[in-house]
Amino acid sequence: MTTETRRAGHMNPETGTTTTAGSKSAQHGLGGLPAPAIGHTAPATPATTAITVRGFSSWYGSFQALKKLDLDIPAQRVTAFIGPSGCGKSTFLRWINRMNDTIPSARAEGTLELHGTDLLSRSLDVVELRRNVGMVFQKPNPFPKSIYDNVAFGPRLHKKYSRSELDQLVEQSLRQASIWNEVKDRLHASALSLSGGQQQRLCIARAIAVGPEVLLMDEPCSALDPKSTLAIEELIETLADRYTIVIVTHNMQQAARVSDQTAFFYEGALIEVGDTEKIFTTPRNKQTEDYVTGRFG
Amino acid sequence: MATPRSAASRLLQNRAFLWLCLIATNLAILALAILLISIVWQGWSTLDGDFLAQRASRKPENAGILVPLLGSVWVCAICGLVALPLGVGTAIYLEEFARRTRFTRFVQTNILNLAGVPSIVYGILGLTAFARMFGVFGVGADAGIQLGDQDSLFYLRLPFGSSVLAGGLTLMLVILPIVIISTQEALRAIPPSLRSGSLALGATTWQTVWGMTLPAAVPGIMTGSILAMSRAIGESAPLLVVGSALFLMATPNNLMSDFSVLPLQIFNWAQRPQAGFHDLAASAIIVQLIVLLAFNGVAVFIRQKLQKPLL
Repeated sequence: MTTETRRAGHMNPETGTTTTAGSKSAQHGLGGLPAPAIGHTAPATPATTAITVRGFSSWYGSFQALKKLDLDIPAQRVTAFIGPSGCGKSTFLRWINRMNDTIPSARAEGTLELHGTDLLSRSLDVVELRRNVGMVFQKPNPFPKSIYDNVAFGPRLHKKYSRSELDQLVEQSLRQASIWNEVKDRLHASALSLSGGQQQRLCIARAIAVGPEVLLMDEPCSALDPKSTLAIEELIETLADRYTIVIVTHNMQQAARVSDQTAFFYEGALIEVGDTEKIFTTPRNKQTEDYVTGRFG
Repeated sequence: MATPRSAASRLLQNRAFLWLCLIATNLAILALAILLISIVWQGWSTLDGDFLAQRASRKPENAGILVPLLGSVWVCAICGLVALPLGVGTAIYLEEFARRTRFTRFVQTNILNLAGVPSIVYGILGLTAFARMFGVFGVGADAGIQLGDQDSLFYLRLPFGSSVLAGGLTLMLVILPIVIISTQEALRAIPPSLRSGSLALGATTWQTVWGMTLPAAVPGIMTGSILAMSRAIGESAPLLVVGSALFLMATPNNLMSDFSVLPLQIFNWAQRPQAGFHDLAASAIIVQLIVLLAFNGVAVFIRQKLQKPLL
């Protein structure tokens, strides 16, 4: 039953105008998987590296959550992290915007750089980092405020805006998150009155409003129904033109549909990373193949 | 081999338990009703404008509660004005800023213990620390240092002596742990996802507290604080130790004034041999209950009013 809905979910973007450009539909489905549309767009220009990871390890207390990762995350592309639960995907995501600072026992070593800036430095301004690296959480977490105030909350933290500037910024962010048409008549209604999928797009609008370069998404669709999932996936594809997106997902078809690059994590180690098309069609590693074909995990 | 339980016996059990609970509830309500009815019966006739406006007297018909009523207002106002900022501030620090270190655990444990300390112990502390200031300024509660005119609003003396300020600060000690704990609980009830959402947008901890956590926690904080204030209004033992007066003609006019409070006035009147004073004690209890109910009413109102937009 879920396969059916997911299949329906991946068929739709095929017909959408924004997604078909350059997307190769793979004929060779692996191990009985429905053949997913792989890679959201063919890279028009060679991507520059946004985030550089070398020999990166992290611990919670004495438990080693991540082991010697080496990875380049390209700018203005979608990178998907896949892997079974507890493999360290979300932990790694939370290091990129230093949300792990809130966990006293968390520590890391190695290299983690955003355009050459050391993200692990003690002297790093995490407030500025988080403005530049937005995050969307697994469960939609709109603030108990109006839709307008949810989007305006971030910008107000960093600058003083005039009323009209803020109005403009809110509209622009909501438009970018493809939710403007649904909420433009009730901007001052409670954000909690929105549906789950709308709430998640509102959270994306909220993250965009502070003008980040990178968007981290931690299983953004896992709490949503297939229709809302589709809306978010289409949104991710349009956002990839402007933002560097890193998405953690448990849904392999989703990784296949939205990402350019896929990284497979297993028990804290990065097993394989490469173009999404290659990971899903001709993986070099046996474990990766088993995972993407659904034989384990 | 399990034998099936008969539906009849299970229903009987269910009904028996329901009756047990109903009896318990009704006994409690009955006790309260008898108390209230007997007090209103006894005190209603003497409760009038004169009773509220008159001062202490040896004759029951000339005695009123103006002085202790105003004393309660002064003492509780001081208590609230000091305890709320201190308590809410401490709770915010412990919940939102402090890391879980040995020191914060020590502080936390002590706050929990302090909430269980009998209030008379705080009275002794208040007497030593506020009324006498450890004898630093002279013998007992005698004024060692005086600033300003005795009759002016800004008169100040050290040590504070048996003044409204010393009484208010002593009550502050009594309710401070309650305010801290209830505020901490209100802050803990805020979903962590709101904090992460705010931090992930680049908010500082202070911006998160001021813009997100505190507004969402205000109903809980207000409820807890007002219940703590209700406790302060009803306290008598610590104020007795600090030196609250039992027979006083003058209403407070500055922080250093002598004072009496409602619970002590009730205690005083109830002790007198004349039956007339017993009626006055009942009237004063009605006044005290009205003040308490008003406080709780405000707490309920604020909770209802502020919780709506949060859904």
